[in-house]
Amino acid sequence: MDEMEFKVATFKGGVHPSGDGKNLSSGAAVQTAPLQSEYRVIIPQNIGAPPKVIVTPGQLVKKGEKIAEPGGFVSVPLHAPTSGKVEALEDVPGPMGVSVPAVRISADGEDAWGELPPPMDWKTAAPDELKKRIADSGIVGMGGAAFPTHVKLSPPPDKKIDYLILNGAECEPYLTADHRLMLEDPESVLAGAAICGRILGVKNIYIGVEVNKTDAIQALLAKAGAYGVQIVGLKVRYPQGAEKQLIYAITRRKVPAGGLPMDAGCVVQNVGTAAACAAAVLRGEPLIERITTVTGEAIRHPGNWRFRLGTPVRTAIELAGGVTCEPGKAILGGPMMGFAQKSFDVTIMKNTSGILLLPPEMVRQYESTGCIRCGRCLSACAMNLNPGALATAIESEKFDIAANNHLMDCIECGSCAYICPAHRPLVQHFRRGKAEIRKRAKKN
Amino acid sequence: MSEETIKSELQMPKGDELVLSSSPHVRTKESVPAIMGKVMLALVPAVVAGILFFGMDAVRVIVYCIVFCVGAEALWCKLAKKPVWGTIRDCSAALTGLLLALNLSAGVPFYVCLIGAFLAIWLGKQVYGGLGHNPFNPALVARVGLLIALPAAMTTWVPTGKMGVTNAEYAKGFYNQNEWQQLEAGAEPDALTCATPLGIVKTTPKVLGNTPEAQNNYAAVDNPTMLREYFLGNRGGCLGETSGLALLIGAVMLICWRLINWRVPLCYVGTVALFTGIVHYFMPGVTPTPLFHVLTGGLLLGAIFMATDMVTSPMTCAGCVVFAIGCGIITSVIRIWGNYPEGVSFSILFMNALVPLIDRWCVKRPFGYIRKRG
Amino acid sequence: MALFIVAALAMTVVGLLLGCVIGLFAKIFRVETDQRIELVTELLPNANCGGCGKAGCADFAKSVVEGENPPGKCPVSSREAISAIARALGIEAGGEFKQVAVVTCSGDHSKMKTEVRYNGVTDCVSASLIAGGPKGCAYGCLGMSSCSRACPFGAIEIRNGLAVVHSDLCVGCGKCVATCPRGLIKLVPADAPYHVFCNSPEKGPAKKKVCDSPCIGCRKCLKAMPEKMTVTGFLAKVNYSAPAPTAEEIAAAACPTGCLRAALPVKKEQEVSEVVNG
Repeated sequence: MDEMEFKVATFKGGVHPSGDGKNLSSGAAVQTAPLQSEYRVIIPQNIGAPPKVIVTPGQLVKKGEKIAEPGGFVSVPLHAPTSGKVEALEDVPGPMGVSVPAVRISADGEDAWGELPPPMDWKTAAPDELKKRIADSGIVGMGGAAFPTHVKLSPPPDKKIDYLILNGAECEPYLTADHRLMLEDPESVLAGAAICGRILGVKNIYIGVEVNKTDAIQALLAKAGAYGVQIVGLKVRYPQGAEKQLIYAITRRKVPAGGLPMDAGCVVQNVGTAAACAAAVLRGEPLIERITTVTGEAIRHPGNWRFRLGTPVRTAIELAGGVTCEPGKAILGGPMMGFAQKSFDVTIMKNTSGILLLPPEMVRQYESTGCIRCGRCLSACAMNLNPGALATAIESEKFDIAANNHLMDCIECGSCAYICPAHRPLVQHFRRGKAEIRKRAKKN
Repeated sequence: MSEETIKSELQMPKGDELVLSSSPHVRTKESVPAIMGKVMLALVPAVVAGILFFGMDAVRVIVYCIVFCVGAEALWCKLAKKPVWGTIRDCSAALTGLLLALNLSAGVPFYVCLIGAFLAIWLGKQVYGGLGHNPFNPALVARVGLLIALPAAMTTWVPTGKMGVTNAEYAKGFYNQNEWQQLEAGAEPDALTCATPLGIVKTTPKVLGNTPEAQNNYAAVDNPTMLREYFLGNRGGCLGETSGLALLIGAVMLICWRLINWRVPLCYVGTVALFTGIVHYFMPGVTPTPLFHVLTGGLLLGAIFMATDMVTSPMTCAGCVVFAIGCGIITSVIRIWGNYPEGVSFSILFMNALVPLIDRWCVKRPFGYIRKRG
Repeated sequence: MALFIVAALAMTVVGLLLGCVIGLFAKIFRVETDQRIELVTELLPNANCGGCGKAGCADFAKSVVEGENPPGKCPVSSREAISAIARALGIEAGGEFKQVAVVTCSGDHSKMKTEVRYNGVTDCVSASLIAGGPKGCAYGCLGMSSCSRACPFGAIEIRNGLAVVHSDLCVGCGKCVATCPRGLIKLVPADAPYHVFCNSPEKGPAKKKVCDSPCIGCRKCLKAMPEKMTVTGFLAKVNYSAPAPTAEEIAAAACPTGCLRAALPVKKEQEVSEVVNG
């Protein structure tokens, strides 16, 4: 394809992880996971206030029926993934290792929709109506942060939004869920983009896609004109999909430190989120399923599946043909920012973009040696920080020095720790430093 | 295949091998020993050149230095109750030993290597807390320490095997009539030594003043034929610094492997060339041409392998440029007006001391911050 | 020779002149300090642990002299030192009863299952941020010695993956309490013999799955001594404001998991290894 058709945008810094593992699953079309007999829907699935459960054990629910009400403005409702009976409200292992409350629903096998809100014509519907539909459908940022989408679409009136950017970069190695979505269902993504653009009243709508996904770019370009959306090719570089870096690459605007994208006149949404918005508006379907990549060298048949929320990770692994060897690491999300897991009982949530199992030979237990001041972390840092010096300050518990050197601006992308030849656990230091600084700030 | 067989063949993870660690879960394959090994590989051309020109003497010095340095490191770790193998494994002591050897004359006796090794590893590195904490380049600490403590051993230069009588003409100037006739008559010298081109340039004005003979001496060491010999490595000097060609091959390797910042050697050599060039053209008779300065002495070795040492050079690009320019200016000043013929080691050590300051000045502005006004 | 004399004389004169100038300035710009503050500071342990709630010993001394705090507020000083301060200032010693820290967890390596191998920084805060740490219980002691590093008195030892307080060395400054990311360390009266060594709010069966010695909320202890224990959810707590339970009462409670027990007699590491080996 003609590379000159669009500009190839990028940012400063970052790394290029070798062997990005995308070829394991990028060719596998999205399959719909078969109906399970039981789902455990984790209640706190969004950043902000956790939703309040409104069902009781024994109650019969229909697919798409609300099972939890939003717990505040920065919160979204939850919906039943299938029709069946609420078995129990119980604690299940959460993705962060701490038990979280969940609703256990046993499926009746009919998978019958409950009463859905009527489809809307996004071109004529009032923006506020559209926004309300998105809020009622329980849509959150599906790229990882799980921030309620309707809140992002409600900027305060003093912030003028000039750009809506859809994040199709998918810069995380191994993950291909967004890639497959853009390739197989470009119209949903574009319609979602147009809906969000209408809500915000924004004319400049961009979808940023890394240029290693040429087929997805072509699929989007073929339909983009009808929706008034522009496609921007992005250089293959991690963390190209980080919000601030994406905004800079496409608009050359810099989000002020400590600020939000709206401070730079931008709103960023994940392409998966946009597709969910389109489903909610055009078909009235709430967010009860998502595309997740199940991959890694330890998986027998890596691929992409459309899972209902509440499907256990164990089931997902089973669908992917099990494992070829006993995995050395189980990760929710991608390898650069994902979370290592202790068990396979965690269930798929709205922000589970990938399930990654790495074989033991790829999980080297790093023994960190001293910093040799090679300066690679400095050039890799997308936020222009000095990761090595920050980590040294945190190691010696000088948290005020770390704070003065802008530790709180770190986006924990992991580029520095990836590139470090001394294998220092830089990101872990930063997480600790941030936790300590927040603790201190709370005290004062 | 029925569903039953699929189920029975399905291997599910048990989860008892899981490792829990922070993101990122993939890491670069690069490691500290690999970096040290690559730098040593890049030094191979210089080592080969040294052996070609200085013969087995060079091999002897290199082996001594590496063995003594690794030994010194092992001894320190043993005394300090640090893991011996864990420290030696990073190959930094071996690299320091190799660099030290390349910074010595091929004719030095073994005890110079021994003292140098302890100076480098103990005084230059371990007293500060080991690899990564040393403010000064260990090999240069050793070289300068030896230069001050054992000046005679350190400045007795072995002639290269290919050096003929080409240098005899200007050497004549330094002998009295009687001695020269004895030498020409075939008197056996006690040992063969020679002068470095920079040494000749430095001593000439002291002995001869600004006379036509002095100008002849300059011309004798600074002409296209000689410069070509210098570039190949056929000159007196430390065993690793003589061959510009071999060092440049090493530089290309290092830059291709992204182990050094190309700005450092470029700015360093460029500054020396510019500075000496200005002096050469505006103050005639004070110093030879810039190309002479670039090709002689330890400038290329220093600029490519010493000033680029990761531990002791600044971390940012801007800092590296400042550092390299500072090195270049100090080197030129010492060479032209200083008491020593060579100033590369001193300049790099001096700028090493300024690195924390440079790192403070040359910080990058974090993303999303607006430049402060006023 | 004359040169030496001149130089020596010049140096002496310059030195004397400068000395006078310094003396003069010291007189002019003298900072009035309260002699009593220095005296009290000297009598304090000067470990600057912050257990009194002040920034350090000098700061505490100031507050004592100004009457803000009684000398007994220092949790570290011995009774004699406190009464010496009180006598010197002519005030009441005051103060509180002595407290010591106790780590309310039983989960050492023999009791608590470690589910996965941990690879990272040996620090409790760092480890707790990664999937809740390698141990089975998300509320238990991580055993990565953040508290023992924070302790200015060397009173905490990590034994078999569990922090243990040497109550003879502990002065109750509370530094470890602030450090523990799990909030496991509690300050208790020094003379309280029995504690509940569990801090997990999870349900009994869930705790039982990962730990051999959790509080399962069976309420046996509550039945044996109703006013000395409180149970909230699945977690019993000793009511330290009531008189301490007696050995008979503890025996009657018969905690089925051994979670309600006396603090282990803490021995120095050497003795411990002897016990293990012997």
